[in-house]
Amino acid sequence: MNLETIIPVILYLLIIAFLGYLGYRKTHGTSDYLVAGRQIHPFIMALSYGATFISTSAIVGFGGAAGVFGMGLLWLTFLNIMVGIFIAFVFFGKRTRRMGYHLHAHTFPEFISRRYQSPFMQKYAGIVIFIFMPLYAGSVMIGAARFLEHSFSINYFTALFFFSLIVAVYVIMGGLKAVMYTDAFQGSIMFVGMLILMIATYWILGGVTPAHSALTALPVPPPLAAKGHTGWTSMPSLGSVNWWVLVSTIIMGVGIGVLAQPQLVVRFMTVKSNRELNRAVMVGGLFILMMTGVAFTTGALTNVFFANNVPGMEFCKETGAIREVSPSSADVTVSPENLEKVRSQHPAANLGDKVTVPVGCTPVREGSISIRAAAGDVESIIPLYIKHSMPRWFGVLFMLTLLAAAMSTLSSQFHAMGTSIGRDTFEQIFAKDENSEEKSVWITKMGIGIGILVSAMLAYALPILFDKGVAIIARGTAIFFGLCACAFLPAYFGALYSRKITRAGAIAGMIGGSLSSVLWMMFFHEKESSIIGLCQMIFGRPAILGNPWDIVDPLFIGLPVSIVLTVAVSIFTKKLDDSHLDRCFKNIK
Amino acid sequence: MLGLGDGWVIAAYILCIASAILCVVYGILNWNKEADADVSPDSEASDWIKEEIKIEKQI
Repeated sequence: MNLETIIPVILYLLIIAFLGYLGYRKTHGTSDYLVAGRQIHPFIMALSYGATFISTSAIVGFGGAAGVFGMGLLWLTFLNIMVGIFIAFVFFGKRTRRMGYHLHAHTFPEFISRRYQSPFMQKYAGIVIFIFMPLYAGSVMIGAARFLEHSFSINYFTALFFFSLIVAVYVIMGGLKAVMYTDAFQGSIMFVGMLILMIATYWILGGVTPAHSALTALPVPPPLAAKGHTGWTSMPSLGSVNWWVLVSTIIMGVGIGVLAQPQLVVRFMTVKSNRELNRAVMVGGLFILMMTGVAFTTGALTNVFFANNVPGMEFCKETGAIREVSPSSADVTVSPENLEKVRSQHPAANLGDKVTVPVGCTPVREGSISIRAAAGDVESIIPLYIKHSMPRWFGVLFMLTLLAAAMSTLSSQFHAMGTSIGRDTFEQIFAKDENSEEKSVWITKMGIGIGILVSAMLAYALPILFDKGVAIIARGTAIFFGLCACAFLPAYFGALYSRKITRAGAIAGMIGGSLSSVLWMMFFHEKESSIIGLCQMIFGRPAILGNPWDIVDPLFIGLPVSIVLTVAVSIFTKKLDDSHLDRCFKNIK
Repeated sequence: MLGLGDGWVIAAYILCIASAILCVVYGILNWNKEADADVSPDSEASDWIKEEIKIEKQI
């Protein structure tokens, strides 16, 4: 690390600390917080929501996935804006805000449990969040660490260690509960960083249409074509492996799952009136377009950049990777074609064996597609592109962009994890104990500590467990978003819009949706089930059913199960009291 | 169109921009609507805030 990198980072951290202090003084000072504290400008609220929503996962993880799958990912940007902002604010946010006050709910599990008058729901939702959210937080951490790895040319695990340290200090110093001003500052950095990235990328590649045309003209290598890849500016063939991953996991999972994200739902209650939500829609829509729209377009366009003969860059002829990331060895399966060559290294090798062989590197100037340039590592595509295409000062600015994106998201994730185990689970189980509140605070703090630790461990383990070609950040994020949709969305929607959904219906949907989704991951969806290994142990194969079921995302099973159970059970069970429903729906038209 | 290869991707590209424009237009048209601030000292909203501050302080 050198001074030109360290000084901006320290300056950035000092500003964050200062804004955190300002927010602290404002919210903890006097009773005038009631008026002043809640007169948060809609611009600040929208940026804060956006900064929490968008993380390194979206920029590095999904941006990298766009490098592999192409601009079809823009369907996710469309859903991010339409569902994640417009529908979330206008149709979910306003009702959540009002109902949240009527129910005195401070966390998402508390909201649905009080709405359905079921303490069980609060505990169950709390546990689901506490167990699965580290997967999402871990994905965010991988994104940040990958960028630091390539920016400073340090080992991934060293980068992860230092980043975890920064996050831990940030959280301990009080940046935990998203202080809106801090988030808004981080959101502003993100906006500027991505704006420059978009302009620079189109400029480097000769303009909007020429850049897209060059991407359209790139030939698809046979291994990608075999999975249904038809090019980077077209959708994969309908029903192919790539189509299912892109549409069912990446686009639908995250696009719909955002509506039931516990750490985002509570944001709606922090504004003064519905007017602020109306205004925030404007800023939010533009912000998300600038974040994911730019990340996904740039991610796909990196292919043109790497395929061109970029001055000063060298690739390895053997692997197609940029020299600095080209692996020195590779695992190969012994076949009749390579038997002789392999036996020169491993004399005892037989056909079908998997062996590690050294890979040479003959420097060439001819580039290759992004995934090959990044040595098969989806998450390295964006960091490598920034490093090789942009001036050094932008690399530093982009690093701050990613630090901001990661920290604003992580702080609210850890807050949600802490309260889900403290307030939502522990406090509910031991509610009668007179010291329960004190203990609950302690458990919440412990929960946050465990959350950070488990997330960092996952960020350490996931890249080792999963094959490099798997877009692990995108997958980890999508699993959590999808699971939230299966577990909570029907009950949450019913809570806001229907007087007919019963307690039993909501519970059935929540349990049915989450269990079916988890079981599908463990036994049917091969990408996860083969790693978990339980299916292999019990049934002797990585997934119970073959194609196409092994690539159908859990969301496509869990969400319908959850909807059907919620509605069907509600038809036959006792409705909630009218007086309670009147209280919930007071002032809600 | 725009150098893109497939109608689905062209549609996504346009819809992204169109949906962002929709958000801007919605924000402008409703700029002053629903300004029913319910933050009086003894409203449910203010109770909610007091509790929220307490939770934040504890953590």
